[in-house]
Amino acid sequence: MNGRWLPAANLTASGRPMFLPGEIERALVSKVDLEVEENPGLAPLRAGLLSLTTHRLIWIEESSNSGYCIPLASLIRPYPPKKSIRSMFHSPRIHIQVKASASGRIAEEGPKSEMITLVLRDKCDPDGFHAKLVEVWRSRSWEVNQRRSDVERLDSREGGAGSGHGSNSSVISTPVVGVSGLLMKEQEKWESTDKSLQEAFQDLNALMGKAKEMVMLAEKMRAKLLSGSSAQVNTANDEELGSKQEIQDWFLSVGIVSPVTKESAGALYHQELSRQLADFVGRPLNEAGGMIALIEVYYLFNRARGTELISPDDLLQACALWEKIDVSVMLRRFDSGVMVIQDKVHSDKEVFERIKSMALKPEALRQGVSPTDAAMTLGIAPALAKEYLLAAENEGLLCRDVSPEGFRFYLNLFREIDPRCMYSVERSGLFRSWLSATAVAS
Amino acid sequence: MQSLGNFKLPQFFNYPPYFTLQPVRETREKQIQLWKELILDYCRSQKIFIIGMEEEFPLFVNPVIDRSLSYESREQFLNVLVSEGRAEWMDKGRKKCLILWLRIQDWADCILNFVRENGLENSVMTVEEIRSGMESRGTELQGIDRGVLMRALRLLEQKGKVAIFKGSSADDEGVKFSA
Repeated sequence: MNGRWLPAANLTASGRPMFLPGEIERALVSKVDLEVEENPGLAPLRAGLLSLTTHRLIWIEESSNSGYCIPLASLIRPYPPKKSIRSMFHSPRIHIQVKASASGRIAEEGPKSEMITLVLRDKCDPDGFHAKLVEVWRSRSWEVNQRRSDVERLDSREGGAGSGHGSNSSVISTPVVGVSGLLMKEQEKWESTDKSLQEAFQDLNALMGKAKEMVMLAEKMRAKLLSGSSAQVNTANDEELGSKQEIQDWFLSVGIVSPVTKESAGALYHQELSRQLADFVGRPLNEAGGMIALIEVYYLFNRARGTELISPDDLLQACALWEKIDVSVMLRRFDSGVMVIQDKVHSDKEVFERIKSMALKPEALRQGVSPTDAAMTLGIAPALAKEYLLAAENEGLLCRDVSPEGFRFYLNLFREIDPRCMYSVERSGLFRSWLSATAVAS
Repeated sequence: MQSLGNFKLPQFFNYPPYFTLQPVRETREKQIQLWKELILDYCRSQKIFIIGMEEEFPLFVNPVIDRSLSYESREQFLNVLVSEGRAEWMDKGRKKCLILWLRIQDWADCILNFVRENGLENSVMTVEEIRSGMESRGTELQGIDRGVLMRALRLLEQKGKVAIFKGSSADDEGVKFSA
């Protein structure tokens, strides 16, 4: 493997990075090479997607769905992109100096250091990326997390976690004399306003930090709930199941820690959104039995994103991109125009079996099944239930009855009747069960 | 089992989807086939030759399950019968349909059998006698539609099996059966 000199990064099935607790994606750049010019022993990584998060630089090779990361903790210094005549013809390069272990692997602590070059081959704003990198690196948010995880070791670590911007807090002790003194006083005034402003923002940061804790708590509860419900789903009675379902629904909304935004992903927005959506719909899909209406996904997804809402059009575009990337879900458009998201492995057969057993109940044999009945039995939206019934009709499983009372579906008995002996009483199984069901009624 | 007059209806007559034209091809073909057979059987047993699209037809209504065939489905079922030579539209507006539960050729054979069984070779009958005479009582020919009968006779005439000659009025056309 090329990237053995970098720690591996875990990816989701659809190729999105798996974020660490508290990690948030800040920027995405495509077609980035990672090179180590001074050490030819470390093979360069070519043309991958580079994701800058609050904790790491994650390099993703889309073809093999593998990823490597440079923890920002190991970063010693990022150098700005060089401005020279040469850079006009070359792709912009950002050099970063990182710590390495004695064996040459990139690590958070190490005696050696390596100079890694980020070659940005795609059209992008190298200065902007560098600025973001510096900003993220200075804010040291990975330490915030470490501090939370092991409080005892906190005192051995360096202070200044979270807030950063240590350079601004220097104390001014120059005597106030003359014009320069007045200027200095003015400056001091400026800086104190600046400082109070920053303190205000720090309060905000603290609030956000607390919010993060709440999210973590909620996630923990959800995880517990999920494991609990799967273990004793058989024994729990309906009421308990109902309340659990309710709480589960509540917690579904804390699904996405680092939503893909137009700001962070730029031109790659739809592609990354598409991957994130593919990861996200997995569970709702499972709960809905492998198919879920697009409108429902829109609502669930946006609820999970919290404030970074997406438009219906963005959702549709993200779904349309699934055709191009290798994910386990697909967008399906029914003849009626209703769009749903469907699991690729999910088969209609399974649903048809459920519809069949539903249609075989004496009540359904007598009165047929309406889309509303089917929605209740299958636990899906009525519009979707109707699509299923129509699909089952198309398969020859059901047939329709349109009357002033409405649109109902019956088990298809036409297949069971032999036109050459229409009047004979002896018939195969399905027809018999229909006869006995209707005989009870009359 | 349900019946219409002395005609016994099949059990699936109470199956509600039977009265809704099915949109899925395979199912619809089966449904049409069942309707086709039922229409022919019913017409034959009740000696019905003409189905008027604008008149009520007992077979197309099932009061037990409160269902009836729509105009479109009735037209479609009859159209299929027409395309198979088992029925004919009698007017351009498709308001009346002649049902041929026996094809003209079959009717012609029927007449020849009738002649043979009753020893009517070389004798003469009026058309009206064939339809309602003593000899035809209890046979398929009893109450046959005049138009259908005439067409069968003309077919036989072409083959030289009968000779049709005109009487003084349309009512008493004569038929001479050849040996």
